[in-house]
Amino acid sequence: MPFEMTLSDSRVDRPRPSRRLLRKLLRVRATAGFLGVLTVGPAFATDAFVSNEKGNTISVISVESMMLKKTISVGQRPRGLVVSPDQKTVYVALGDADKVAMIDVKAQEVTGDFDAGRDPERLDISPDGKTLYVTNEDSNTLTFFGIESKERLGGARLGVEPEGLAVSPDGKVIVATTETTGMAHFIDADRRKILANVLVDARPRMAAFTPDGKEVWVSAEIGGTICIIDAETRKIVDRVRFEVPGLRAENVQPVGINISRDGKLAFVSLGPANRVAVVDVKTRQPIKYLLVGQRVWHAAFTPDGKFLLTANGVSNDVSVIDVAALKVVKSIQVGESPWELVIPGEAKP
Amino acid sequence: MGPVTRTIRALFALMCLAAPARAEPGPAPEGTAQTFVIGYLRRAENRTAISRVNLPAENDGQAGAQAGLDDNNVTGEFLGQIFSLAAHRLKPGEDPAQALADLEAKGARFVLADLSAESLLKAADSPAGAGALLFNIGAPDEVLREESCRANVVHVAPSRAMLADGLTQYLLWKQWRKFVLVVGSHEEDRLWAEAIKRAAARFGGKIVEERMFADAGGARRADSGVTLVQKQIPAFTQNAPSYDVMVAADESAVFADYLPYRTWDARPVAGSAGLVPTAWDPSYEQAGATQLQQRFERRFLRPMTALDMNGWEAARMIGEAAAHEAAGDVAAAKTYLLSKDFALAAFKGQKLTLRDWNLQLRQPILLSDGRNVVSVSPQEGFMHQFSELDTLGLDRPETKCRLK
Repeated sequence: MPFEMTLSDSRVDRPRPSRRLLRKLLRVRATAGFLGVLTVGPAFATDAFVSNEKGNTISVISVESMMLKKTISVGQRPRGLVVSPDQKTVYVALGDADKVAMIDVKAQEVTGDFDAGRDPERLDISPDGKTLYVTNEDSNTLTFFGIESKERLGGARLGVEPEGLAVSPDGKVIVATTETTGMAHFIDADRRKILANVLVDARPRMAAFTPDGKEVWVSAEIGGTICIIDAETRKIVDRVRFEVPGLRAENVQPVGINISRDGKLAFVSLGPANRVAVVDVKTRQPIKYLLVGQRVWHAAFTPDGKFLLTANGVSNDVSVIDVAALKVVKSIQVGESPWELVIPGEAKP
Repeated sequence: MGPVTRTIRALFALMCLAAPARAEPGPAPEGTAQTFVIGYLRRAENRTAISRVNLPAENDGQAGAQAGLDDNNVTGEFLGQIFSLAAHRLKPGEDPAQALADLEAKGARFVLADLSAESLLKAADSPAGAGALLFNIGAPDEVLREESCRANVVHVAPSRAMLADGLTQYLLWKQWRKFVLVVGSHEEDRLWAEAIKRAAARFGGKIVEERMFADAGGARRADSGVTLVQKQIPAFTQNAPSYDVMVAADESAVFADYLPYRTWDARPVAGSAGLVPTAWDPSYEQAGATQLQQRFERRFLRPMTALDMNGWEAARMIGEAAAHEAAGDVAAAKTYLLSKDFALAAFKGQKLTLRDWNLQLRQPILLSDGRNVVSVSPQEGFMHQFSELDTLGLDRPETKCRLK
């Protein structure tokens, strides 16, 4: 894509050449590392599915080889992704098509789609796999769909521009964020009613429960913070703030949050800061900043928890973070404007 | 139509926009809602444009304010707050101080002002102004932020210097260093030209020649059409020294739109035509802006302008203060808006905050070619020790503003 290259190269973008060099060096080291992964890898094929917002495609990456394996055309503006609890289906929110598409994990093909209301952005799913939750950014609604019937079951009216979604580990509470209203809404999953509205910092993008279900972490993109909400009292108990050396505060824009399964580390994507912050969940302090691709949105752990893959919206690639070493070990070119990724585990019967 | 009817209408419109089978929003118990009346004061005169596609709508600016209040009202459903708009358009010769007093009598303490610099100062310095916080959404004048700054006037509209700096940073990034400056014959054109000259000197551009385009009066549209213009503009722009870009300072919309494609030398045009610095453009889609554009277009059936955006931002600033329990009185709101806790998310890729030295809203400047946003300033490489947004406009060390 020569046109694209001219565009990004003509931007006065100083860190780029040096990072390229760094990545090259890392890639050499990574190859050795991944050979190891290959031999001890799981028996099933693990693939990462990346939504490319502008490319209207899903890139499939083989986690074993960390190589691009396939590109699936999926429809207008794919963003939010979620895997069914049986690990067999990936649901894709198609914002400009007003639909949710289904991709069969094994066949790696689109198997169908259904109307999902205006501008579906993010998705989540009930732990029993029966209900799909959709934030409709353009109509201030959290919509509930029956997975079996593909029918709209109901909705909860939220603030302006709903986006982030999280489901409590017990499945009883859904947290949805609204960007312009600036709230985290707690919703009763059964009754589809709002339980509480918590004002958070400016432009909340994403919510995540800690694995013990006790805290909800909410990223505030414009506020530049993570607001930590006690899931019981539904009050903000603390904030994580970020200071990246050499970067202006306004470029630090937290979006994606991924908390390790043991609940010890949180990986926060910092958008145009081109970094993922590693936060000690207990002390709520950032302990390291990892340089990834440009405009990092969302990320996902491999099923074994050893690697975190990030979707970098401007550099059109996926960075691979070695979780134990806290190092970026590889980058993989994907489609245009990657936004979110999911990595299904072994299929359950 | 009174403010209450307006609110009901606004809420009804919102309900119509929402999904058809919606669940309970969980509203605050009836009778306990806090109400905020937001004033809107408009100048008497109509703005004009050379191209009919740029002629402002009757509700230019006010629609943006209403859109901001709509958003506040959605949030208000969860917080038990209701916002309504009390708007007044000045009649020619009407005293803005009296108009402000009338709005205050309706309960408006926060007042959005689309007024000339002179009228704005009259309103701000009046007895009614003493108890109000005015949000300047329509006057780009530097003097309002400098020598004549007021402690009760927040500037949401970018100043001429901010617009000129945003444009000039880009022109220099493009390595278009040599400008021919064409200035209109009205006072506001001269002020706009001053800002461009300051920006050029500041960032290393050179004005190789300055020409004045005198307003000979007469209509902007005539049956003889473009024939005359096609003869006039090449002649007017010939014999210029070697230059890279023609920059037009024509706030009065007399000639600038005639320059592109008609200059004697094949050169791009910027300033009041061609590449134009602005607070908003209906084509802008970055940082989630598409949603605001669509929301606005559905509600008002037209594109959203820069004046609308200034109105939206002002309304949202008041909404943010209210959400943070800081809109009970004017002083509390001002304290909140100046505090570290305030950050306005306005689809511009970073937070907007207030300059504490003159109450100007820090903001990126969009550069539009009339079809698309070409770039957003500040440009990379223009560094600042505190905020890159402060490379746009007069900075703290340069200010002549002394707030009392």
